[in-house]
Formats: sequence, structure tokens, C-alpha cells
Amino acid sequence: MPAHVPNAGLTRRDLLKRTGGLAALAAFTAACGGNTGRPSSGGDDGGGAKATLSQWYHQYGETGTQQAATKYAKAYTDANVTIAWTPGDYAAKLSSGLLSNKGPDVFESQLNIGMVKSNQVVALDDIIADVKDDFQPGDLATNTVDGKVYGIRMIVDPQVIFYRKSLLDKAGIKPPETIDDLISAAKELTTNKVKGIFVGNDGGLALGGPALWSSGGDRLTEDHKPGFTDARAAQAFGKLHELYASKSVLLGAPTDWTDPGAINQGLTAMQWIGMWAVPGMQKAFGDDLGVIPFPALDAQGKPAVYSGGWTQFVSAKSANVDAAKKFVKWLWIDKEDFQEDWSLNYGFHIPPRKSLAAKASKLQSGVAAETVKLTADYGHTDDPAWTPKMNTAFNDMLTNVIKKGADPAAEITKAEKTVNDELSRLFG
Amino acid sequence: MSFWLFVGPFVAGLLIFSYLPIIWSLVLSFFEAYNTVTPSKFVGLQNYIDMLTDHNFLSSLGTFTIFAVFIVPLTFVLSLALALLVNQVKIARAFFRSVFFLPTACSYVVASLIWKLSIFNGVRFGLANTVLGWFGADGIAWLSTVDPPWYWIPLVTVRLWLQLGFYMILFIAGLQRISPTLYEAAYVDGAKPGWQVFRYITLPQLRATSVAVLILNLIAAYQAFDEFYNLIGNQNYGRPPLVYLYNISLGSIQDLGHGSAGALILAVIIMIVTLLQSRIFGFGKAGD
Repeated sequence: MPAHVPNAGLTRRDLLKRTGGLAALAAFTAACGGNTGRPSSGGDDGGGAKATLSQWYHQYGETGTQQAATKYAKAYTDANVTIAWTPGDYAAKLSSGLLSNKGPDVFESQLNIGMVKSNQVVALDDIIADVKDDFQPGDLATNTVDGKVYGIRMIVDPQVIFYRKSLLDKAGIKPPETIDDLISAAKELTTNKVKGIFVGNDGGLALGGPALWSSGGDRLTEDHKPGFTDARAAQAFGKLHELYASKSVLLGAPTDWTDPGAINQGLTAMQWIGMWAVPGMQKAFGDDLGVIPFPALDAQGKPAVYSGGWTQFVSAKSANVDAAKKFVKWLWIDKEDFQEDWSLNYGFHIPPRKSLAAKASKLQSGVAAETVKLTADYGHTDDPAWTPKMNTAFNDMLTNVIKKGADPAAEITKAEKTVNDELSRLFG
Repeated sequence: MSFWLFVGPFVAGLLIFSYLPIIWSLVLSFFEAYNTVTPSKFVGLQNYIDMLTDHNFLSSLGTFTIFAVFIVPLTFVLSLALALLVNQVKIARAFFRSVFFLPTACSYVVASLIWKLSIFNGVRFGLANTVLGWFGADGIAWLSTVDPPWYWIPLVTVRLWLQLGFYMILFIAGLQRISPTLYEAAYVDGAKPGWQVFRYITLPQLRATSVAVLILNLIAAYQAFDEFYNLIGNQNYGRPPLVYLYNISLGSIQDLGHGSAGALILAVIIMIVTLLQSRIFGFGKAGD
């Protein structure tokens, strides 16, 4: 092969050294890839013509979840499914993973319109068609862009306020019904050992959406305009500052609000957290646990529950889109026993399928049942048109209002500009 | 041949991991590049205009400036003081040198987590709050309080702890290069040991080291990321340029066009500062 003959100045030994160096460099660059959930060899060991699929999860806090995910993957026989379990910043890892075909084939996330516009996810209408009526409208809407469904909701995670009944009884106060009640309850429950409420170490960014809903607003209106700009919204954000400034909010806790650590360790009397933590909290307190939605801003407003959760998607860059869709249909539509296991046996989540939720006996009593009811009455899901960039602007606004005590109206104007820029980029 | 054998891997690494990304970044900065590194919509200078008028980007530069104002002089004074002390010690000098140098070997992430979870956590059993408790003071939520801005204390102390030892070693090396005859001559001329000798002999003789320490320090401050990312996260009061740009381009936003433009603006700023200092201090010129 003439093209590969080394030039005259090169001895055989030199050539070996050079190629050796290149091979080492190649091995080094290949090793930089990290854990992508793919087998390091070619994959097809003994699997014949089976496709190899990589499925990405964020790290669930409850023990047993990773084993369960692996169990589901192993039980699937039509493809070799490997699991990538990601502690830490899952969103960042996922975003860069989706830029190339080295990323996941199937992954869990939340839909935003940017993923659709840049062709990162494929529509799943064909696999959901038969059971579409069995999903809650909100769980479909949050995964629908331009009439196409892009994701299958895996679990619904209501976020609400859980509280220690005994501590409220001792202080002689009733569960708060308005934001003002909540602020004064937090103050009264605060002692030198226990704070009134924990809403996150960031001072309550997670409450931005619920506070807005409780005032009657929304992040975006149905015709894609900013919905957080009126005086009542400003009033609601101002209340979040009032809560923060009341010195009854737990800050700097070792674990953040998504983990029941703070309330379980007796650092706080109330905590904003998801229903996933109910088993963990019940272990610590038994029946000494109550639940309320985010309270109404005032008599005009309504309580609010954030109905978050996780959704399964198929990456458009996958080499095996059809196999990936088949797997998603199998796991999140057909295999009801696995869906039930995932929703109820680790943390508590509401199964998005109505038929399955009706059968979920663990959610039919006590504080879990109350949370399910509150979600049905007051739940709000995310609008897929709300992009991460808008969310950053929204959170910056909240930080300035809550922590720095800035004027809500002025901060709203700043966030509104970013949101409008994004909206005109997306919708013209 | 052996030249390329030794230099080759390094040059290849430099090309692949530094120059290629810089050029790619330059290209991206002229495109609308959401969720892609192969964009198609050319937008000219719009990304640069957006970044230069983005109050968050400008305020991140402000955050950096405040950080540099704290960290650069503090590191300089404290590492020089440590070097002078360790240099004076007559016994176990190597031991003290190692002890102060050791934190340099610790990772920023690990140190940040220790600072966040055990020393400066906001609950009553955090180390700092326990100490405050002995004096009857209320606990402070160190990382969450912006008024007064207590979060600077963990941010600055973690970096001090990590980097003091390194700059101390630079100063010790500088101190040991000063000829003892200079001190002897000073004493003969009647200079008093202590401040006078320090001011007129030690400090001028350390000029080259001092300038190096200042510049390295300033550049390291520009690169601040780890402790901010781990201690504060993505909150606008403690968000230096790199954390902001990371969130724009590599976090969930994936806006690589604006992120690249911001990174290049930052690179130009660092370049200008470096050139200015070489005008003022002359560090890095030939013959130094």
C-alpha cells in the first residue's frame, strides 16, 4: 500500500513509536467520554442483531431506585438496555449528551420547546395513541408542542407543604390558608432550635411558580405572553420576601428542600417538598404529618400545587429510534407492574395513568391521599413553551426580590424583557 | 525526529483541546446556536451586542471585581507574612513549609463541600455557628444571606486556605534568593531589624516575585468557578463570569452562541489586563 510507506527518514522503530503515541492519544481521548451508559466494547456480545440502547436517569434519592431501573432494563428482551445513573448536575450532562449521537437513546427529563425546535426528541404519538385518554390532560399538555406528544409521563411529583401536626398543635395554630397565615405561622413556630419553615437553601425559588399561581397568574398565558406581570403577581413575590425576611425560614441546611433531611432532623416545623419524600417522613414521624397546598394569596386567590414529575423521551440522534420507541412503549405504557413499582415502592409518586392511579392503594390513605386530592384540585403543570432561559430570568427576578428586597415591579419588568425576547425568537 | 516525538503529543493536545475549541468558539459566537455546535443561522455581531448589554453578564463582571478586590491583596499580604514567618523559623522549617503548602493539594470541590456542609452551614451545629453560639450570638446562614453579604466570608476563606501555601512557597523562594550581604550591609549602615529592613531591603528585592504573585493571583481570580459553583450555585448575587457563561452555554440553557461571545469578551478583557500590567510592572518582558 504505497500511501502508507513511511518516508525515507523514518525507521521502522520510529514508525512504531509514532503510531504507539497516536494510539495512546486516541485511547486517552476515548477515555474522556466518561460514563455514557454504553458498554465499552462493541456491545453485540451474544445478542445477535439486538439493538443496544442507553437509558439515562438522574439520581433518585430513595434507596432501591437504581436497582429497580436496572431490573426493568434487564427484563426487556428485544434490545440490550444499559442504564446511566447520574448523580449531580443531570441537566447539564443531559444537555451535552443530546448534542451528539454518543448521548442517550432514551432519557428522562422535562420537555421544553427548545428540544423540539432543535430536533432533539422524536414525537411519540404512535405509541401513546391507544392509551391517550388514560393520561391526565395536564400531563399530556406539558409534553405536547404543536399538537404532537413528545414524551410519556413516568411519574407525577406534586410539591406541597408538609408540616408536623404536633408542633402546630402545641403552638395552637391552624394549618395556614393564606400566605399571610403561612408567614405568621412560620414566625410562631420558630424557636431557637427549630425554624418555622424550610423552602430551600436558596431562600425559596421553588415557591416562585406556586406563589404566582396563588395570585391567579401564570408564567405564560395560553397565547404565549408573559403572565407574571400584573400587580397581584408583584404582591405575591413581595410576600415571598416577607417570609424570607421574617427570620423564620431555615437557610443553609445540610440537605436541600428536595430531601426530607431538614424536617426529619427536627430543623424545621414545615417544609416545601414533593410527595416522593412521604415514606421517608412517615418513617420519622408516623402520623405526625400534615399537608397543605401553597396557600392562596388572599380571598381572591386559590391555593396551588406544583404538579411536577419526570417524562421519558426518545433522542432523535439515537441510531435506533424505532427500537428506543418500542422500549419506551414496553416500559412506560405496557408494563403496568413496573410502573406501579416505580411509583409506589421507593418514594411516593402519582402514576400518571388514571387506571393505575385508581388502583394505587398506598396513595389511598393518610397524608398521601390528601396530597393526591390537593393535586387534583389545585395542580399546575409546566408549560413546554417556558424555556430554561426564561426560567433563569424568572429565578434571577425572584432572588433579587426575595433576598435583596428589590422592588418586585421593577424586577418583573427586567424578567419580562428576557421572556419577551425568547418568545419572539420562538414564536415570531 | 526526537523533537517531534517529545513535542508532538503536547502540540497535538494543544491543537485538539485548546486551539480548535477557541476557533470553534469564535465561529459559534457569530451564529444563533441553541442546542447545537453546528449552527446554520448567522447573526453577525448580535451575540456580542446582547452580551455587552446583558445586565447579568455585566453584574457577573462586577462580582468578579469584588472578589478580586478581596482575594488578591489578602492572598498577597498573608502569603508574604507566612513566608516571612516560616523563613524565620529555626527548627522544623521543612515541616512548617509542608503543613502550609498541603491545602494546595486539596481539590476546590472537596474544600467547597467541607466549607458548605460542615464549617459554614446555616444551622446551629455548623462549626462557625457553634463558635458564634459560645459568645451568645445567633447563628448565621452564611451562604444564603445577602444583606449583609456574609457569603463572601466562606467564598474568600476557602480560596485563601487553598492557595496561600502555594504563593507562600513562591515568596520563600524569592526570600532565599536575596543575598545575606545586603542585610549585613544594612545593619552596618545602622538599619534596624524589622520594618526598616523589610521596607528597604526585603520588599524591593522581592519585586519580581511580588509581581508574579499578583498577576497569577488575578488570573486565578478571573478563572474562579469551582467554589462559586459549589457554594452558591446559579444565583445572581454570587455568579462570576465563568459560572454565568457555563450556565448559559453548558447548563440547561445550551445557548452556545451567546456563551461563546461572552467567553471571547472575557478573553479580550484578560488580554488587555495582562498587557496593561506588562506596561506598568514589566512582568513577562524579555530579560526578566
